[in-house]
Amino acid sequence: MAEERRQKHCSVVLPTESMKAMAESVGVGQLQEDSCVALSEEVSYRIKEIAQDALKFMHHGKRRKLTTSDIDNALKLKNVEPLYGFQSQEFIPFRFASGGGRELHFYEEKEVDLSDIINTPLPRVPLDVSLKATKEQQKAESTEPLKVVKPGQEEEGTIQGKSQGTTTPDGKGKEKGLIRLKPRSTHELSVEQQLYYKEITEACVGSCEAKRAEALQSIATDPGLYQMLPRFSTFISEGVRVNVVQNNLALLIYLMRMVKALMDNPTLYLEKYLHELIPAVVTCIVSKQLCLRPDVDNHWALRDFAARLMAQSCKTFSTTTNNIQSRITKTFTKSWLDDKTQWTTRYGCIAGLAELGSDVIKTLIIPRLAVEGARIKAVMEGPVVSNIDKIGAEHVQSLLLKHCASVIAKLRPQPDNVDQYRTDYGYLGPMLCSHVMKARTQAALQAQQVNRTTLTITQPRPTLSVSQSGLSGSSGPRTPSIIKVPSSLTLMSPRPGTPSQPSPPATKYIVMATSAGAASTQQVITLSSSQSASPVTSTVPSATSTLQPLVKLESGSGAGLTASRPLQKYIVVSLPSSASSSLETKSSVLPTSISSSSLDGGMKLERSESPGASTQSPH
Amino acid sequence: MAAVQGGMGDADIKTDIKTEPSADGFGNNNANDGRVLSASPGSTPVTPEDQQTLLAVLQFLKKNKLTESVEILRREAGLPENSLDPKANESAGAGSGGAAGIVDLEGGDASSLLSRVTGSSSAGAQAPTKGTVQSGSGRDQPDVSVVLSAYSQQGDPTLYKVYYRDLKKFIETVLDCHRAELSQVFYPLFVHMYLELVYNNHESEAKAFFEKFSGDQECYYEEDLRILSGLTKKEHMRGNETLLDFRTSKFVLRISRDSYQLLKRHLQERQNNQIWNIIQEHLYIDIFDGMPRSKSQIDAMSGSLAGEAKREANKTKVYYGLLKEPEIELPLDDEDEEAENEEGKPKKKKPKKDSVGSKSKKQDPNAPSQNRIPLPELKDSDKLDKIMYMKEATKRIRLGPDNLPSVCFYTFLNAYQGLTAVDLTDDSSLIAGGFADSTVRVWSVTPKKLRKVKSAADLNLIDKESDDVLERIMDEKTASESKIMYGHSGPVYGISFSPDRNYLLSSSEDGTVRLWSLLTFTCLVAYKGHNYPVWDTQFSPYGYYFVSGGHDRVARLWATDHYQPLRIFSGHLADITCTRFHPNSNYVATGSSDRTIRLWDVLSGNCVRIFTGHKGPIHSLAFSPNGKFLASGATDGRVLLWDIGHGLMVGELKGHTDTIYSLRFSRDGEILASGSMDNTVRLWDAMKAFDDLETDDFTAATGHIHLQDNSQELLLGTYTTKSTPVIHLHFTRRNLLLAAGVSQL
Repeated sequence: MAEERRQKHCSVVLPTESMKAMAESVGVGQLQEDSCVALSEEVSYRIKEIAQDALKFMHHGKRRKLTTSDIDNALKLKNVEPLYGFQSQEFIPFRFASGGGRELHFYEEKEVDLSDIINTPLPRVPLDVSLKATKEQQKAESTEPLKVVKPGQEEEGTIQGKSQGTTTPDGKGKEKGLIRLKPRSTHELSVEQQLYYKEITEACVGSCEAKRAEALQSIATDPGLYQMLPRFSTFISEGVRVNVVQNNLALLIYLMRMVKALMDNPTLYLEKYLHELIPAVVTCIVSKQLCLRPDVDNHWALRDFAARLMAQSCKTFSTTTNNIQSRITKTFTKSWLDDKTQWTTRYGCIAGLAELGSDVIKTLIIPRLAVEGARIKAVMEGPVVSNIDKIGAEHVQSLLLKHCASVIAKLRPQPDNVDQYRTDYGYLGPMLCSHVMKARTQAALQAQQVNRTTLTITQPRPTLSVSQSGLSGSSGPRTPSIIKVPSSLTLMSPRPGTPSQPSPPATKYIVMATSAGAASTQQVITLSSSQSASPVTSTVPSATSTLQPLVKLESGSGAGLTASRPLQKYIVVSLPSSASSSLETKSSVLPTSISSSSLDGGMKLERSESPGASTQSPH
Repeated sequence: MAAVQGGMGDADIKTDIKTEPSADGFGNNNANDGRVLSASPGSTPVTPEDQQTLLAVLQFLKKNKLTESVEILRREAGLPENSLDPKANESAGAGSGGAAGIVDLEGGDASSLLSRVTGSSSAGAQAPTKGTVQSGSGRDQPDVSVVLSAYSQQGDPTLYKVYYRDLKKFIETVLDCHRAELSQVFYPLFVHMYLELVYNNHESEAKAFFEKFSGDQECYYEEDLRILSGLTKKEHMRGNETLLDFRTSKFVLRISRDSYQLLKRHLQERQNNQIWNIIQEHLYIDIFDGMPRSKSQIDAMSGSLAGEAKREANKTKVYYGLLKEPEIELPLDDEDEEAENEEGKPKKKKPKKDSVGSKSKKQDPNAPSQNRIPLPELKDSDKLDKIMYMKEATKRIRLGPDNLPSVCFYTFLNAYQGLTAVDLTDDSSLIAGGFADSTVRVWSVTPKKLRKVKSAADLNLIDKESDDVLERIMDEKTASESKIMYGHSGPVYGISFSPDRNYLLSSSEDGTVRLWSLLTFTCLVAYKGHNYPVWDTQFSPYGYYFVSGGHDRVARLWATDHYQPLRIFSGHLADITCTRFHPNSNYVATGSSDRTIRLWDVLSGNCVRIFTGHKGPIHSLAFSPNGKFLASGATDGRVLLWDIGHGLMVGELKGHTDTIYSLRFSRDGEILASGSMDNTVRLWDAMKAFDDLETDDFTAATGHIHLQDNSQELLLGTYTTKSTPVIHLHFTRRNLLLAAGVSQL
């Protein structure tokens, strides 16, 4: 093959006819045949030489195409005047004509009417050269999720090369070959989408609750977020990873709320991103420590909430191929069964299992009630080991009671005998018994109260709020603080009305709001924005410690934000205070914005507070 | 030997330096030239042969009434005053190398280009090899007619085929172990026989000969054969550079003694004088004792325009070690103030600093002495930069096969394929592009914008005593992300930032190298010397010096404050396509279209290494950070690795499918990144490639290497762009890989 080509090279010579044509064109007629041959050989040779030099220029110009300027330069090299005017880029300006047995290629030079040129509108000004930075990232722990790309993909970063190259911290650890394991396809984001992404993520983890609610609302409802999904999922998983280490409870909650919102969005298909989301959620369920002060912060609520998310994703995404539910169940059971597992993790495991449904409770939890009871007993009644363990044990106990009672109520025949329970379930037996009895009566009254997605977060010191900073120094019994969502806390006067009167036993109130079809996030806005309008808060004190929903309140608050919303219903319910609520009595309430599941379309805000707080509500 | 060459090289330089100004009408600019680097040549002893050349040069100078130059040259060469006259006529008639060069400078038409090229290449070809081969004829006959006259011996043109076929038959029947070695003879023989036929006007025989045997040649000679194929007439030979290269330099073959004896015996038996004459006259056979080499060994080293490098050419000692870093006291005081709050910081710094210190205390036995060539003194700003560098270095990521670098790609948009060169500053804060439309553009890739210095009038107003005077001289109004600099009149093919980021060099098709100020964004100097396109230029790692190389086949070493070159490195047989400074600034590597890489000693101007093995023009070079190794990439898509100290090829990295335009070692030398026209960046395990070396004494002595074909094992990663050839690569101080290219879409 190569040989043939080479031989062809050897023999290629311009035809003598061309020489004649050329000669004629410059006015030399009757060229001798010999001269033609000599000329054509000479010309062919020179052309080859020039072509070879032109190739050199092409190579140095770092191009694959030979251009006319290369030939010009090659001519210059030989001290020959370049052929000016051949600037055409791609197109060969020769025309072919034949006739009378002769073939001719000629350069078509049309007469140009100057007025045409003058009158044509100016073409668009060509864009100036600019620089764009794109990045192929090797590391998993990227601070800029926008740039995680799999190899082989050129992805747009930001414009004008202004930022990343030098400034991105490349001092982070890397995970070996991680990119290759991620068959995600990331797409380029338009500038608008980048802006949107930035706004949303900032709002979701920012300090303004109103904005967060709006952002979550947007995530939960906007169609067409699919392109951003990989980024969101990375954002969440990275965020959880970082904040678990830093024990930043608030941010973990925000991130879980983002997960919730993503799950609620009917246009998103999360299956492909579960590998990032599930570990994040499970982390929030079972992590040993989620907050800075495990003795006081209410991380239990986060665990509960995350467990509910987990249950929901199991319900939605578990298939026979991915086996999410069984894998998750195994994970939980394994760490629960481990003796060394801390109470926090234990709580998470049980919560995770319990949320998976009554079948799981029946087969996995109830058989272990006796063992678990013994363990709790050891902590509660034994020598005081540490306060944290005790609190943990209390929480586990109440959790078990809460979840098992209803199941047992269905399992066991009617007469509830305390002694029978004690023999069956050990230490927890008597308590279970009373719970089961309550459950039976309650089930009769309100069957609809089950299965709500709820997040209860109580924090003794709302660290987020500015207003509380003055109080945080006090080390004694904490000042009961206000029943407000934190975003409104910052709006409030720094010194809430001090409850001086002795607090009656703690009561839990559940505020429920229903609005037709509206996602919960919006409701939170309503909640916070309608603070000034007082109907919400004013209802709180009126709740007494009965078990039934007490107040149904319809508020059409005048705040501009909610003006367009349908009427909001707030239902304040109080729950029996649990035995372990001694801590919660001191706590104020963190915001919750759990969107309602499609089933009940409502939202619960569980709060525990001393009624004294209500004094500050304007009357 | 080195000393002799020093004298030779210097003579060349002197003539060039001194005659150019005279041609331009300046008579007395030569006094300063070479002051910076003129340490060695004065004291070199002069052999009779050199003396002859010198005399010829002197004669020429005298004839042109350049008396001052005559004086200086004579003083430097140590010749007596009256030594000129006796041989004057002789040398003037022969037309020495120097004379040929000068003709060009004064004339400048096509034919003089030729003679100039001849002059430089013939002179250069000998510089490194002198004394071993030269019978003296080559040096004194650079003129074309003389060169060609070697072909004038007549033989029966029809017998050429028979001779060649006869030899072919013989070589095919010898023992296998000799066959590969003897096959090397085919190509040069073929070329010379063909040229002889052409020269003697046996056109049809030549054509037939070419057609019959050109297919037998190794595929990597195809480029040359294509050129040869066009050459069918005696007249063509007059202007053809390839041919002249072939003529003026002997084709070097390495053959074992046994094989050589075999060949010799055969030719003598057959009375095959035609071939024997060619071998005698045009080939240089480097005979070695020992085992004949295998086919793969030969293939690895062959491919260059003039055969392999002679073993002697790579014997000179090369001081490849790094220079001692100047000790810089880190201003820890203000550092501590900053870092008092977090105690981790100063702790981290100290061990690093110690390690740097201890490294520099140990003098590398392979390093050149600190003042072997004069280096510019460190300014305060340089010291600050060094400190910054050390700080960054502490945050550097250790790369390795398990820890590949991230890549950030800078794509030039709307450049319409006009981007021809890119460079980044060492601290990765600025990026510069050279364009086919003759512009040079500089971008800031950090948020810090580019600003000009205020005008002279405004500068008068500012308080020169103030601490922030450097900040005050900048004009805020001119702040922008990029600046364009106009000045060249042809595509800009090479670009290089000075280490202190105050200057930028650009080399262009218009034959000039320009120095730009990055404070005023104006051109400071246009260095004229290359009269043909300058393909590449690069600043020395210590600043001040720079090297340029271009179509005129010579590389020049310049100092920024001299408008004449300090050294001229001549010896390549074709365009110099890329130039690189050794990290210790004492050596310069040049890659060429003649498919060789040469390493030049900046001090003496001698060629100290010739590396052959590439099968296409070399377009990229990179020194490893420790100065021991050199990587080169060519149009053949292969990267070759060289051990500078031993002068050996130590590795071959196959994988790219197109020209490799950029090579770069990571900051610690663990990873070699290569960027190519095939739209990929590939990462290679350099540590492994160099560790696996079997550098036993035998290999070192004979230069016969066994290359393992382990490219696939060494390839750590391939990153593809959509349609953007990679033309520049750069590792930031923290080992992030930056790449640049222009989108072809």
